[in-house]
Amino acid sequence: MQKVKCALIGSGNIGTDLLYKIMRSEVLEPVWMIGIEPESEGLARARDLGLKTTFEGVDGAAPHLVADGVQIAFDATSAYVHEENAAKMNVLGVFIVDLTPAAIGPLCLPCVNLNELGATMNVNMISCAGQATIPIVHGVSRIQAVDYAEIIASLASKSIGPGTRANLDEFTYTTSGAVCEVGGARRGKALCVINPAEPPMIMRNTIYCVTDDVPDQERITESLLDMISRVQEYVPGYKLVNGPVFEGNKVGVFMEVAGLGDYLPTYAGNLDIMTAAACRTAEMYAEKIISGKLSLVAEAI
Amino acid sequence: MSQSDLFGRHVLVHDMCLRDGMHAKREQISTEQMCTFASAMEHAGVPMIQVSHGAGLGGNSLQHGFAPHSNEEYWDAVAPVLVKTVMSVLLIPGLGTMKELRSAHAHGVRSVHVATHSTEADTSPQHIACGRELGMDTSGFLMMAHLNTPQGLAEEAQKMESYGAQTVYVTDSAGYMLPEDVTACVMALRDSLDANTEIGFHGHNNLGMGIANSIAAVRAGASRVDCSVAGLGAGAGNTPLEAFVAVCDRMGIETGCDMFALMDMAEDLVFPMMDHIVRIDRSSLTLGYAGVYSTFLLHANRLGEKYGIAPKDILLELGRKKMVGGQEDMIEDTALTMLKEQKRTAN
Repeated sequence: MQKVKCALIGSGNIGTDLLYKIMRSEVLEPVWMIGIEPESEGLARARDLGLKTTFEGVDGAAPHLVADGVQIAFDATSAYVHEENAAKMNVLGVFIVDLTPAAIGPLCLPCVNLNELGATMNVNMISCAGQATIPIVHGVSRIQAVDYAEIIASLASKSIGPGTRANLDEFTYTTSGAVCEVGGARRGKALCVINPAEPPMIMRNTIYCVTDDVPDQERITESLLDMISRVQEYVPGYKLVNGPVFEGNKVGVFMEVAGLGDYLPTYAGNLDIMTAAACRTAEMYAEKIISGKLSLVAEAI
Repeated sequence: MSQSDLFGRHVLVHDMCLRDGMHAKREQISTEQMCTFASAMEHAGVPMIQVSHGAGLGGNSLQHGFAPHSNEEYWDAVAPVLVKTVMSVLLIPGLGTMKELRSAHAHGVRSVHVATHSTEADTSPQHIACGRELGMDTSGFLMMAHLNTPQGLAEEAQKMESYGAQTVYVTDSAGYMLPEDVTACVMALRDSLDANTEIGFHGHNNLGMGIANSIAAVRAGASRVDCSVAGLGAGAGNTPLEAFVAVCDRMGIETGCDMFALMDMAEDLVFPMMDHIVRIDRSSLTLGYAGVYSTFLLHANRLGEKYGIAPKDILLELGRKKMVGGQEDMIEDTALTMLKEQKRTAN
């Protein structure tokens, strides 16, 4: 079967984990990994796996991408450089999947709005906590109006890289915005807690939704179980631990995300759900490219 | 009695009853009560008071409870009654943001505790730098200090110092530490930090060690101590300010506070407004014994009642699972899992 060729920008935890997932895809083929450190372990690993690599950033690879047939790029760097990376890719006609909190393109939650994003050359994957919690908010809000949703993500200390640590505010803003925009709540709030316990704790997420009217327990429960099974299609370790708990108009759901252990161990469900969602999103675009339903056009500068 | 070795030392006491005390009141303190308390503390010469939701900036939430007023409303109410006393706030990155810190500054707050878990100082660089840019008295606040070694804690303190923190706190959030633990931690910080960087200690009285720990901290080199009038705070409360000032007076440690005014305030204002007497009881003692975050107390009591499980057992389980501050949602989750386990065993 024909595959769409991909480039990965960023050779850290996320880029490396993503690489393993793309290699398993039936419609994606990784051909380039782009880093900025000559000594990067991620780049060395990618070279061993047969990819072309550069440590000179996007500019080091850009002259070759068209000739190498690259049509999709993943950006796993940081919000600060994403805008520049995205522009350099789009001008070559390369579609970009953004795993940083930059959120230039539409926010994408594969199980909720993948087919509704419209014409764009850039989609944003929100945040790990967003991917793990917003399906639940949507699961409630598609049944009844949600006035307020609050999500609490507990992450193992070892699963969080320096980028996220130094930018917790951006994480908070992007995620709480998406709880409303994609989750469908009128108001939203996101909290993040880092736990250093040994052995590391599996990623946990708690979601509270406050409905306008008394919650219809049966219909909400059914809707939530359906959403969970849809996420499980691309994140098998996505699991309901407790709930839904109904208390007045408040619905509480207690989730866990175990990763596949592709790069970091299974406790890093936060890494897994992000890369799995990005891979899933890229596959959908790849299928459209292969079937001729989508043709990418280089953007004028 | 011979003269104390600490005679003549200066300690800056920082009152917590209008922030940590919010936890003990389930976040229900009115702006009028805040004004009355703040005014009494100004009168008693307390140099700094912390004023906000119990969880600080961004605290209003289902996770941490909703106060009847926004932080801005509290600051606007309190600021006009203060002359010398400085108003401070708590900021836990991941919950509070720099946007809220700027708002605090705009509403008259001039000091901030930027708090992280004792091993996660590197989540605070933006916020500490922001406090300094605003010209605020900026402290790093290493919570659950007992979950790190003295050396490890000193390394985290150095990070906070490098981000710009002028003071770094050893924070005994679980009221678990003993005086020798406090001594070891404060000495490790004193050895690692610049001589101009101050060291603070924030205690909880869950094992009855609040005052002994605070004095141990001062002896090891701390120059700031967080207390609370009548101990109004999470768990068995903070170090009671009036008693700490009394001990300091006896030892010749200078705090600038009027002990008699503070004991009147404790008796006449704070005790009458407590919903429960903040003391070492079965649940709060369990916090100190098992090393659990003090704020979990009232949540565990409420959920224990809801699900018919002894709060003590929930707290012990949270201690075993090494839950940290901010994971209040895991209290209900743990209770539900324990309930499932009980049902399984019964069948």
